[in-house]
Amino acid sequence: MADRTHRPRPGRAGSRNGGWTPWLYLAPALAVLAALLVYPIYQLGLISFLEYTQEQVSGGKPTSFQGLGNYQALFADEQFRQVLLATVVFAAACVLATLAVGCALAVLLTRIRALPRLALMLAALGAWATPAVTGSTVWVFLFDPDHGPVNRLLGLGDFSWTYGRYSAFALVLLEVVWCSFPFVMVTVYAGIRAIPTEVLEAAALDGASQWRIWRSVTAPMLRPILLVVTIQSIIWDFKVFTQIYVMTGGGGIAGQNLVLNVYAYQKAFASSQYSLGSAIGVVMLLILLAVTLLYLRLLRRGADRDGRPGEAL
Amino acid sequence: MSTFRRTFRIRRPWRLAAEATALLIAAAVAFPLYWMLLSALKPAGEVQSTSPRPWTLDPTLDSFRRVLTQQDFGRYFLNSLLVAGSVVLASALIAFLAATAVTRFRFRFRTTLLIMFLVAQMVPVEALTIPLFFLMRDLGQLNTLGALILPHLAFSLPFAIWMLRGFVKAVPEALEEAAYLDGASRSRFLWQILFPLVFPGLVATSVFSFISTWNDFLFAKSFIISDTSQSTLPMALLVFFKPDENDWGGIMAASTLMTVPVLVFFVLVQRRLVSGLGGAVKD
Repeated sequence: MADRTHRPRPGRAGSRNGGWTPWLYLAPALAVLAALLVYPIYQLGLISFLEYTQEQVSGGKPTSFQGLGNYQALFADEQFRQVLLATVVFAAACVLATLAVGCALAVLLTRIRALPRLALMLAALGAWATPAVTGSTVWVFLFDPDHGPVNRLLGLGDFSWTYGRYSAFALVLLEVVWCSFPFVMVTVYAGIRAIPTEVLEAAALDGASQWRIWRSVTAPMLRPILLVVTIQSIIWDFKVFTQIYVMTGGGGIAGQNLVLNVYAYQKAFASSQYSLGSAIGVVMLLILLAVTLLYLRLLRRGADRDGRPGEAL
Repeated sequence: MSTFRRTFRIRRPWRLAAEATALLIAAAVAFPLYWMLLSALKPAGEVQSTSPRPWTLDPTLDSFRRVLTQQDFGRYFLNSLLVAGSVVLASALIAFLAATAVTRFRFRFRTTLLIMFLVAQMVPVEALTIPLFFLMRDLGQLNTLGALILPHLAFSLPFAIWMLRGFVKAVPEALEEAAYLDGASRSRFLWQILFPLVFPGLVATSVFSFISTWNDFLFAKSFIISDTSQSTLPMALLVFFKPDENDWGGIMAASTLMTVPVLVFFVLVQRRLVSGLGGAVKD
């Protein structure tokens, strides 16, 4: 971890300690990130403490400091608490479904010959590459009560999926799983392929069942990869915006399908309550930051256990 | 021996069942894309029929024609391409330099920087829409493509740097030392030796910046508010997407047009993508 030695290591040329050169190479990246990532985060925090509505934006009315007033208003708001709960439950359901489907299919891929494997890979790559907006429109069309094939096939008549709260969430969940399981499948499959086949064969010869092999051999060896795909899925699914916005028409009937991101957007840009929208953004940022810190801890612990402290970085 | 035989014999019907399952799942996963293309090619009467058939006997390009002529679709397409192209080029160059700095040099705060790049990947882009809106307004970039290019550049950098690290690391140090012994300057090594070697990695990395930019919907919706000539594809698609009287043929044709470039890009780089992901995940 400690890279603070300035002494050149024996056998390594001076190229390792380039003086100002690394900072020169880093300058463009750091400049862009400071201006367009760090500064906006600071601004987000600032706005969330101010009174900032249409009057301050266009009317030139002076802003006033609210302290934690916006946060108090937010947590006193029944709808916000509901949206927060819905977001957490919905994201958890998406993550679990995506991981289950992705891992199951990755295992399936290792059991089959090249041709069916290629077919499944190509189909998954197609789903992966589909933009969220077009994926959403296509899935809404598939489940359209009048012209869609799914209701015909299932004999559901003119059942509207977007009318009820839970059926609308279920429809969005299906689309999210469809477009995000390929990342999990491909990554986990690559990880399984990297496990030496002798280990798996030895387990099979010892009479271990498939499930037992997965639980006791494959999963532990895949731990770092499973960690990455889990964290990525949490982060992606927690901040779903496009699918909810497009498929439920901006948050569903009377806002029944709102998630945090869409709620923040509606507060800020539909009703000009920029400070409340920013406060929601800060809440989201803090939740994801907690997830990230947990990830870093797990990453480091894993590295320690393998006897390679700090190797992960 | 006997146990080996037995497991082998049991496996065969299992494998056939597994392959049948895989093919069925592949068909199900591909079905939405098939249906999109099919509906884009169906004549209007068939798309709006209440008993849709999974094939069409007289395919037509009417829906594509309607999309391309009625709305300014070609222009939106070009805008999307311009935004995604700029982000891909700029982020590849900037990320290459940064990845070189953090892998080929040891300096103070190197580890801190790496952790920061990792944390930056987790920042929810969407949460920053509000401050970015005011920033773009102050920079006079609202309603221009710059308002889309700049934020996406920033958001694609941390992941690009993180992923490129593996590719830069893979270039042997001996090569670098040999280049310096032969009298090559640092910038000559950087651009004429390292850059071509890392190029495949750059391509794999750029898929991610391309896709996230191409798919962007929130920024396009929030930052391009009054000048529709600067709109991008997702917004154009939503012009067709009306809650009541949906022109499904048009929507599916527009969706197809928006999906195809990404599909092409994906198929071209998929091998490098998988190995690149493996590398990014492994360390």
